[in-house]
Amino acid sequence: MKRKIALLLVFVLMFATFAAGCAVEKVDNEEKQESSNSQDSDVIKIGVFEPLTGPNAAGGALEKEGIELAKELYPEVLGKKIEVVYVDNKSDKVEAANAATKLIDQEKVSVIIGSWGSGFSISAGEVIKKSERKVPAIGTSCTNPLVTKNNDYYFRVAFVDPFQGKVMANYAYKEVGAKKVAFIIEKTNDYAVGLAKFFEDTYKELTGDENAVVYRAYYQTGDQDFTAQLGNIKESGAEAIFAPGNFTESALIMKQAKELGIELPILGGDTWETPEVIEIAGEAAEGVVFSTFFDVNAELTDTTTEFLEAYKAKYNKEPAAVTALAFDAYLLALDAIKRANSTDPEAIRDALEATKDFPGAAGVVNFDENGDAVKAAVIKTIKDGKFTYLTTVEPN
Amino acid sequence: MSKKTKLTLISIIACIGILFILNSTLGSYQLRILNLCGIYVILALSLNLINGFVGLFSLGHAGFMAIGAYTSALLTMPPEAKEMNFFLKPIVPWLANVQLSFPIALFMAGVLAAGAGVLIGAPVLRLKDDYLAIATLGFSEIIRVIFTNTQSITNGALGIKGLPYIGIFNKASEAIWWTWGVAIITIIFMALLINGSYGRAFKAIREDEIAAEAMGINLFKHKLMAFVIGSFFAGIGGALLGHLMGTIDPLMFRFLLTFNIVLIVVLGGIGSITGSVISAVIVTIAMEALRVLDGDMQIGSYIIKGIPGTRMVVFSALLMIVIIFYQRGIMGTNEFTWDWILKRQKKISEPLNKEKVS
Amino acid sequence: MALQTILQHLVNGISLGSLYALLAIGYTMVYGILRLINFAHGDIFMLGTYIAFYSMTAFFLPWWISFLIAIIVTCIFGIVLERAAYRPLRDSPRISVMISAIGASFLIENLAIVVFGGRPKAFPIPTIFSKILNIGGVSIVSVSIFIPIITAIALFILNYLVNNTKIGMAMRAVSKDYEAARLMGINVNNIISFTFGTGSILAAIGGVMWGLKYPQLIPLMGLMPGLKCFIAAVVGGIGNIRGAVLGGFILGLGEILIVAFSPTLSGYRDAFAFVLLIVILLVKPSGLLGQNTTEKV
Repeated sequence: MKRKIALLLVFVLMFATFAAGCAVEKVDNEEKQESSNSQDSDVIKIGVFEPLTGPNAAGGALEKEGIELAKELYPEVLGKKIEVVYVDNKSDKVEAANAATKLIDQEKVSVIIGSWGSGFSISAGEVIKKSERKVPAIGTSCTNPLVTKNNDYYFRVAFVDPFQGKVMANYAYKEVGAKKVAFIIEKTNDYAVGLAKFFEDTYKELTGDENAVVYRAYYQTGDQDFTAQLGNIKESGAEAIFAPGNFTESALIMKQAKELGIELPILGGDTWETPEVIEIAGEAAEGVVFSTFFDVNAELTDTTTEFLEAYKAKYNKEPAAVTALAFDAYLLALDAIKRANSTDPEAIRDALEATKDFPGAAGVVNFDENGDAVKAAVIKTIKDGKFTYLTTVEPN
Repeated sequence: MSKKTKLTLISIIACIGILFILNSTLGSYQLRILNLCGIYVILALSLNLINGFVGLFSLGHAGFMAIGAYTSALLTMPPEAKEMNFFLKPIVPWLANVQLSFPIALFMAGVLAAGAGVLIGAPVLRLKDDYLAIATLGFSEIIRVIFTNTQSITNGALGIKGLPYIGIFNKASEAIWWTWGVAIITIIFMALLINGSYGRAFKAIREDEIAAEAMGINLFKHKLMAFVIGSFFAGIGGALLGHLMGTIDPLMFRFLLTFNIVLIVVLGGIGSITGSVISAVIVTIAMEALRVLDGDMQIGSYIIKGIPGTRMVVFSALLMIVIIFYQRGIMGTNEFTWDWILKRQKKISEPLNKEKVS
Repeated sequence: MALQTILQHLVNGISLGSLYALLAIGYTMVYGILRLINFAHGDIFMLGTYIAFYSMTAFFLPWWISFLIAIIVTCIFGIVLERAAYRPLRDSPRISVMISAIGASFLIENLAIVVFGGRPKAFPIPTIFSKILNIGGVSIVSVSIFIPIITAIALFILNYLVNNTKIGMAMRAVSKDYEAARLMGINVNNIISFTFGTGSILAAIGGVMWGLKYPQLIPLMGLMPGLKCFIAAVVGGIGNIRGAVLGGFILGLGEILIVAFSPTLSGYRDAFAFVLLIVILLVKPSGLLGQNTTEKV
């Protein structure tokens, strides 16, 4: 009996394997047919890879909203219909690479959009760079400089961590008036480590004090007790705390800081703009300050107004910053196709590189030599349990 | 040349032929998975040597793979690529300008992992069963923590991107010869090792340590040898995985990775080379195929909403079912041998001959 | 470093240590009887927290009823887990049992991801546990005072249970010699179920306390605490209840103090537990309070 059950399972597994093989083959055939008549077809394919499942699924869903909305508003370019192909990268690097391969080789898309999370974008970027048919990609909310560095085919509509670190350092020095800061950094998170470094560089310059960062503590993703680090920060003489990291750990840091009687302002990055921060940290989240891409109160361009109205009409809620970025990525892709007057990926890439003063919903986009957007940042705080707009910081 | 050696040679040539055909017909997505299969064959065999043949339950494989992957990455990357990666904190000078060819780097990856195997194995192999398991798991976690913190060598949490292709000609189509080439070498090496006198000593230790010691087998020497050989191949497997992916970071080498390999070994049969090879291929392909479970499925006009994580539920349930109901896995401790095939053939042809006579 | 800060660190360390201790007791009990690392202990702990969370937020039950429900359901779950995953393997090699335990742990974690979702949830904290007290410049949250008290009570009850009751005697007999206990007429399966139930109750209490102190629920929240508490149990001498408490405190204080006194080492904090484990295993494998045993042929 037991043996039978096990045997049955093995058969099911083998069948599944076999079925998958069939499925892949089937797609292949269809795709061959499609590619053979793609010359005269009137569909332009745009590939999107986002974390639609897995731990980062919420971020991916927000960006998908933006792309869907943009497609509703602008379904055509060059007189051809646009088809958006969504591939799930499952919040996983290996998957992201597989997803990119699929978009390039099987779906034969003209341009790729994605993704939430720098790690996924980097691993997809490697695939794009190494594949024979190179397709340009537009990053949405990935902020790690490595995404676009040394990759002529990757652009992005978001600003990068160095700029974000600079903005927060300026805020800490000029607005908070802090002469000394303490760091508590998520050591296992590339984003947090980078942000801390760029903050420190600018901050030292501003204060002219080599020892302006009086305390530096680290923690690991998944840690839940930060009392030791915070206890030392309390007596370190710091006038503000910079705590770049994922929102889950950051919320606990806010809470424990309050429990230890620390009254210092806590600063962070764009990851904090999630409702969980307010839910978990509760009252302790009041007054924390972070930088992000976009806010409804900081109307930046005409596209912003259009985006806001359309979004509210469709979803009946306030849009998130990353949704606006995804919206922009789609519009920029369309704009590039129009300017290239072609669906050839190489031509689109050249058009993207030549982008100038593109008016997006989340600000005007100009690319620097790496293909990173140079644009304004928005600073927000948490007040009465709500994210509240503080100010806008222009580049330079 | 004996009949068996001939058969082995013929089948190796046949394998090469099949790989050649697959390499020129499959798309890059399928090739990627085929490469992964080869890498998992190497990893499963190396873990099976330690867990299956010597009976040491080690959970430190991810750590050795990390050492291998980082070694090979840092040794093969051109200086400019390193400079680009280490933009937060520059790389230590003695590593910055090193660039070796792929085969040497791959070998070094194995050697360094084996070195770590000696350092770790020498003290902890005195421990038994679950203590050993938790100590090796601890070591692999420690390696991960160290790699996260030594930013000027490993680039810390930022990881390293832009690893060169597998191979010496810098071409994607070359990868399969390396992954499956190494896999075939590993299979042959393991088969020779297991069938030799060392293999008998290993199995004796697995069955009864005290009896084995009484028979004059040096327990520590044999255990350490198996552990170090296992680490060597784990390092090589890790290096190949890193190059196939093109990007590595410390988070890749979590316990989950070790879990996948344990799953392959258990499913194939603890203590069977053939089982490990078959199950490595099945599990790798199934892991990809069952990704369908995580997404939406359409059957007719119904759409079944996929829930992320379902795939891993299936795999952990499968592991438990196999270990509880069908402990022998696919092959048990049996092996595929020519004797076995020839005997079967005889059995089939014998009745036929008899019929003719009558 | 000011005296006040040092006191603060000690208070934090004791509060973390008593949480570890609470969980380590459960580990050590199961190990003492079954000689099995219950890898799934951390996941049972996670389940306890989620059950308390859902009965408070979805069924709007008062916190004390919710905690009780969490304890009961988790206890039942622990017993079922033992029957399904460990009992069929009672006479199998230890490697098989351990693989089954790892499989069970992964299965529970992934089921939790599917059922509860991967996004973190905020554990609601009743005000009685969230008051911030300030004693001579040292801040303490009220839950941090409750935890050591509960740990002490649990230690006391278990000590009594194991040493002064009939069932405790049976537990000790099973732990010493499984076969002989069976021959003496002890129903070994019942004793093991009872032990698992008790261990799971402790995990549930620990889980709820953990939720009150670190109010952020994710399906993988049991992973690290689970491993660390196993280490605490080994350090103290596995199978020894007082040893587990001692190990828990050493680990909690060690983690806090290493970060407090050496900020540069704070990145290595998670490695501390494993280094401690390996050192103890090499120097005194039986643990600080454990007895040396010799291998029988």
